[in-house]
Amino acid sequence: MSAQTNTKRTNTEVTIAGVTFKNPVMTASGTFGSGMEYSEFVDLNHLGAVVTKGVANVPWPGNPTPRVAETYGGMLNAIGLQNPGIDVFIERDIPFLQKYDTKIIVNVCGKTVEDYLEVVERLGDQPVDMLEINVSCPNVKEGAIAFGQKADALFRITKEIKAKAKQPVIMKLSPNVTDITEMAKAAEAAGADCVSLINTITGMKIDVNRRTFAIANKTGGLSGPAIKPVAVRMVYQVANAVKIPIIGMGGIANAEDALEFILAGATAVSVGAMNFVNPYVTEEVVQGIQQYMSKYNISDIRELIGAVK
Amino acid sequence: MAQKKKVNAIVHEQTELTTDIYDMWIDTDLALQAKPGQFISVYPHNASMLLPRPISICEADRENERLRIVYRIAGKGTEEFSKYHADQHIQILGTLGNGFPLEAGKGKKVFLMGGGIGIPPMLQLAKELEAEKQIVVGYRDKNLFLKSDLEEYGTVYVATEDGSVGTKGNVMDAIRENALDADVIFACGPMPMLRAIKKYAEEKKIPAYISLEERMACGVGACLGCVCKTREKDHHSHVNNARICTDGPVFEAKEVDI
Repeated sequence: MSAQTNTKRTNTEVTIAGVTFKNPVMTASGTFGSGMEYSEFVDLNHLGAVVTKGVANVPWPGNPTPRVAETYGGMLNAIGLQNPGIDVFIERDIPFLQKYDTKIIVNVCGKTVEDYLEVVERLGDQPVDMLEINVSCPNVKEGAIAFGQKADALFRITKEIKAKAKQPVIMKLSPNVTDITEMAKAAEAAGADCVSLINTITGMKIDVNRRTFAIANKTGGLSGPAIKPVAVRMVYQVANAVKIPIIGMGGIANAEDALEFILAGATAVSVGAMNFVNPYVTEEVVQGIQQYMSKYNISDIRELIGAVK
Repeated sequence: MAQKKKVNAIVHEQTELTTDIYDMWIDTDLALQAKPGQFISVYPHNASMLLPRPISICEADRENERLRIVYRIAGKGTEEFSKYHADQHIQILGTLGNGFPLEAGKGKKVFLMGGGIGIPPMLQLAKELEAEKQIVVGYRDKNLFLKSDLEEYGTVYVATEDGSVGTKGNVMDAIRENALDADVIFACGPMPMLRAIKKYAEEKKIPAYISLEERMACGVGACLGCVCKTREKDHHSHVNNARICTDGPVFEAKEVDI
């Protein structure tokens, strides 16, 4: 109804590295599986993209439990990138997502550069729109974040992946660094098509009754609304440091939160931990952005990207 | 058709059964699809507590579209729930998990075993299971709860840790003291109890269906927070990590490594 009554059609499409998304709302890797579980709650056709949980060259068992703990306005997790491996992923998850009119972004994880490259090459002939490289998971001992906390290491792995990748590459950045703009610049210099930020912030919770760590891994990644101001600040800083597009995330719970990221400089946004709280949140963010655009008479969402200087 | 959904519901009534154990009836049409052994997740009103609390379904009154949960105050979330009064609005997600396999016990001699706050799901199971029901329940002390409710559906045997009522000890001690036996076990309770039941079932070569608990975030199988080790590779994880929320919470004891 509202679409017809509006005289001016609003455009919510955004384009990153030649891939056009019907709207800027995506799912944050690790919070949405490959979409199957939440397809009971939301219409995946309405999302800009589904960003899958990280997939490695072989199955990973992940960390011991407890893996999650609630904190004030947020949560800690140390799942440890449990995944069934690329074979199952290609056979099961990609065909599932292909049934929907949404873009597919596959999050890739690994312990060594070779691990990453193997997954990237296996995905080369798959109907996948973009790759997101997870060099920022704080919950696995080897690989992963080791590549994401030093600019020279990030540069090298980005370069190697770009040389092999058939799809555009997003480097997912860690906030657990002194200066995230240095990391973003390294990714850009190595040829990354996009950066996504932020991954979770390393944290810890102690259970005073049991006098032990709330999470078996001792530390976990903090996510949820508690981290949103940190994430918005980092997106703003990175937007002013690089020219490649940014996918912003960190505690987005509603359209207003998503718009903060877009105004700070993100071309698209991902909704993460809040899926666990409100399984309908992704579609609500999509609708809320459209309402905001109508209310302020904004015809093209691109007018909003980085509008706050 | 059963569908998972987050709904607004209304507290019908709430009473304290004994110290820190609360009994809440909730008006919701989720009662129509509830199965014994399933759970719902209840959202605290205090928004600083993001995650809903998974609580097993104690009873489903389908005629009046009402669910009953009996829970213990375990932290700030459940403490908030304990203060709710009739007519208060709450949000719940449900119904979650698979519940107990009724067909596995049909027509047989069964144990329904509950320990502490694992007792509540035994009530709806006792109501729906058509079998010779021996209901064995373990408490800390003389502050019993749900005993008279359970007595309507089978013979109830009680164990208390301090020996103040029934057998002194746990549910396994109660089985021994009363010289009971069964063809199938259904159980929910603390991990040491479930381990003892798993061992007992293996010795007796009978199936035991146990309901597990773990810290959860999403409750719908996406976050992979609440996994348990399984003997066989499950269809989802391919790394012997079944999701308690979605693949469980009830597992056959021999299938899980606990």
